[in-house]
Amino acid sequence: MIEFHLDTRSGVAPYLQVVHQVRQALRLGLLREGDQLPTVKDVVARLAINPNTVLKAYRELEHDGLVAARPGIGTFVTKTLSDASLAAHAGLRRELLRWFANARRAGLDDESIEALFRDCLRSASGEEVA
Amino acid sequence: MSAVLETSALAKRYGRRWALSDCTLKIPPGLVVGLVGPNGAGKTTLLHLAVGLLAPTSGAITVLGDRPAKGATQLGRVGFVAQDTPLYAGLSVADHLHFGAWLNLGWDERLAQRRIEQIGLDPRQGVRELSGGQRAQLALTLAVAKRPELLILDEPLSSLDPLARREFLQNLMESVAEHQLSVVLSSHLVSDLERVCDYLIVLVSSHVQVAGEIEGLLASHHRLTGPRRDLGTLPASQEIIEATHTDRQSTLIVRTDQPILDLSWTVEQIGLEDLVLAYMGRAASIRGSRPAFLRVQP
Repeated sequence: MIEFHLDTRSGVAPYLQVVHQVRQALRLGLLREGDQLPTVKDVVARLAINPNTVLKAYRELEHDGLVAARPGIGTFVTKTLSDASLAAHAGLRRELLRWFANARRAGLDDESIEALFRDCLRSASGEEVA
Repeated sequence: MSAVLETSALAKRYGRRWALSDCTLKIPPGLVVGLVGPNGAGKTTLLHLAVGLLAPTSGAITVLGDRPAKGATQLGRVGFVAQDTPLYAGLSVADHLHFGAWLNLGWDERLAQRRIEQIGLDPRQGVRELSGGQRAQLALTLAVAKRPELLILDEPLSSLDPLARREFLQNLMESVAEHQLSVVLSSHLVSDLERVCDYLIVLVSSHVQVAGEIEGLLASHHRLTGPRRDLGTLPASQEIIEATHTDRQSTLIVRTDQPILDLSWTVEQIGLEDLVLAYMGRAASIRGSRPAFLRVQP
């Protein structure tokens, strides 16, 4: 079983924080296929957050095919993320390096690249929320 | 399912002063609703109207589809914890539970006992010996154990220290998850409510400034910064909530459901606290205590 935590200052919607933490635990192998997620009641009793926040997070994870709800019992992990991501990383890494080279060629210094990167990341997560 | 709380042009006057004016709301069931506003805004008046402690001066209000405090059944469907969680100082915890069982049709004794144990209260303890946090927890237990459909809490957190606040909200959220309660709770601090609410009502100087599901409110409000400009040139779909200007820059908080296409603006999301403060600031400026919409900084 894992435990969630919440950073209210991060600006990331609480339900997304729960989603990220489950994905992270899957990636690190802390959660494996067949493991149960904490019940909604347990999560809200610990974090003092709205039950709908947890339900929404679990629905999203279910939609992504990572977990499945068994009515009256709980929510269980149906897929693991730990191995699958490595191969994908290599491709992403190559693309990102190519992008950095392009940015340099366009005359951006490190600070500007970082600002642009962070700005894009923020607007991308913003779109995800909306 | 009917709305948990529905009001139409609801108003309440004390003598010559309007404590609540032109209040129209429709709150769907199954939500935790935060009622936010400064002290004296009319929050308690609205909550007292909802539980039937007050009668409206004009307008209409229904709670769970019926008139507030209409009869024993309606009283049983709504739980209420008044400000400062009033309890009987001379009685014990157990006495309060007996009282609850005696006075409420749907009393759930097992739930009450389990909660008392969970909070760590000794039934023989006198209420006078309890801490503020324990008193609040006992009052919440009494309100939840009557198994209402709607729970109304007036400033339940204002007198609690941070740890007691967290424990109170944990207990409250557990009840919501367990019994599918709808909740309306008030606070003068939005930061208290941010984690627990999915619906927000901002009440300032007896008027509802904004009300809606928090997710939708956050998605439709943006902070725009850019070169200084005349506000008359903005598209009609953008409602200006707050505007500040320096000699060369304008910073706005706008509400819009349309995408912001003007590339001269830097668009940022805003947090709930900034959103509430923008509406409070606007309400104050409309009252005339501050110049409206144009505060020029040197």
